[in-house]
Amino acid sequence: MATTTRPAAAELATTKRKRPWFIELYGTALGKKYVMAITGIIGMLFIVGHMVGNLKLYLGGDHLDVYGEWLRTIGEPALPRTVFLWLLRGLLITAVVLHIHAAWSLTRLNHRADIKYTNRRDFIAANFASRTMRWTGILVGLFIVFHLADLTWGAANGDFIRGAVRHNMVHSFRRPPVAITYVVANVALGIHLWHGAWSLFQSMGWNNPRFNQWRSWFAWAFAGAIVLGNISFPILIVTHAVTY
Amino acid sequence: MDLTLKVWRQAGPGTEGRIETYDVPGISEEMSFLEMLDVLNDRLIVEGREPIAFEHDCREGICGSCGMMINGQAHGPQKGTATCQLHMRKFSDGDTIVVEPWRATAFPIVKDLVVNRSTFDEIIAAGGYISVTTGAAQEANLTLVPKAVADTAMDAAQCIGCGACVAACPNSAAQLFTSAKLAHLNLLPQGQPERWDRTVRMVGVMEQYFGSCTNHGECHEACPKEISLDFIAYMNRDYRKAIVKNRSLIAQP
Ligand code: FES
Repeated sequence: MATTTRPAAAELATTKRKRPWFIELYGTALGKKYVMAITGIIGMLFIVGHMVGNLKLYLGGDHLDVYGEWLRTIGEPALPRTVFLWLLRGLLITAVVLHIHAAWSLTRLNHRADIKYTNRRDFIAANFASRTMRWTGILVGLFIVFHLADLTWGAANGDFIRGAVRHNMVHSFRRPPVAITYVVANVALGIHLWHGAWSLFQSMGWNNPRFNQWRSWFAWAFAGAIVLGNISFPILIVTHAVTY
Repeated sequence: MDLTLKVWRQAGPGTEGRIETYDVPGISEEMSFLEMLDVLNDRLIVEGREPIAFEHDCREGICGSCGMMINGQAHGPQKGTATCQLHMRKFSDGDTIVVEPWRATAFPIVKDLVVNRSTFDEIIAAGGYISVTTGAAQEANLTLVPKAVADTAMDAAQCIGCGACVAACPNSAAQLFTSAKLAHLNLLPQGQPERWDRTVRMVGVMEQYFGSCTNHGECHEACPKEISLDFIAYMNRDYRKAIVKNRSLIAQP
């Protein structure tokens, strides 16, 4: 005679206390890779917007300042001033924190799993970008802190006037060491993006013979456009091609 | 040709190992890498020394037991070739060749060049099978498989489980192995009933022992069967669908 047994009370209790699925997912390595990819995409969207916005420097006059002011007023009058901007900042900060935390814990997992060879591995496919993601990532992270101190908080600027975007930018980039820092950091960012922009497709499982070739073309184009756009600002300012 | 071999010698699990150097003269370029090791071992036995332990079985590139790290490359310098199929003509007279076992936390060394790959077996045990009802076999032509699907599943099924992907990966990740084993069942009609649970379970066991993929692509270069990185993406996609869309519970394809 068939009997059914009820699950023991202890079993029921543990199933009840199961964490929400997205927390469970973040607990797995594959889940963290999705988070790396998605937060990476958020960062990439921001980087494009940031660069395009800054290109207004080349329109001359107060175009850049007007744009900066507009960013604070998006959503008015439905939202009070700067609320939308702060929501955006909140999203970005969350993305950066998650990106760093996932990278840190995946790195620890990988170091635990790997044992070094006496005779070093001879790399065939792994390139400079893929092997230095951790270092370019740290470099970009440090740069972001400096960049905020320079052009958002003003502490590292010397002659910072809140809201005078063009003035602050020209004043800062006229200092050659600062201009060099920006160029170096953006090259590191470009290397990081080049691997990341391809890698995220694999991590998310976006793979189809239709567009597989486009994935690496996209990575080249994206990283190239960002680096060229971003390093043009310090270079043209430090050489006095662009002035106040 | 005359070679110098530097081989990792280790008496047993957990003991100290070291690289030892051997002169190996008079090797014919027609020999396979394993035959070259046989020649050296014959001499070591005659001299009353301990021969080098290495794993091998089919010697025709289909069993996956002969993996070793040769000059920093899994299965040596020839692409798409297992160590047993690697010929000495790929080396030149006077070469020094460094031979090491696979190294990963998940592959503990048993002796010399032999490692324990039973963590792979655990991944397979977690879901690398299909369940069929017993009884009379059904008419084979009832289950149709499109040609393209059969081909891709076959590409994945070529994996011989040698462990070169893990050995070559700077993260010691087993993504290529696991994804190939998943794809060859998940693509076929017979694999569908357990598709989502299989993916979650096999990935779960994989993550207990191995590192995480950073998309270097070294595994594909090292693979004697040249398994494609595409399978890793398919695995990532199926795992995402299984968890995010809750496929194993709501039963949508
Ligand atoms: S001995 Fe079987 S694959 Fe090499």
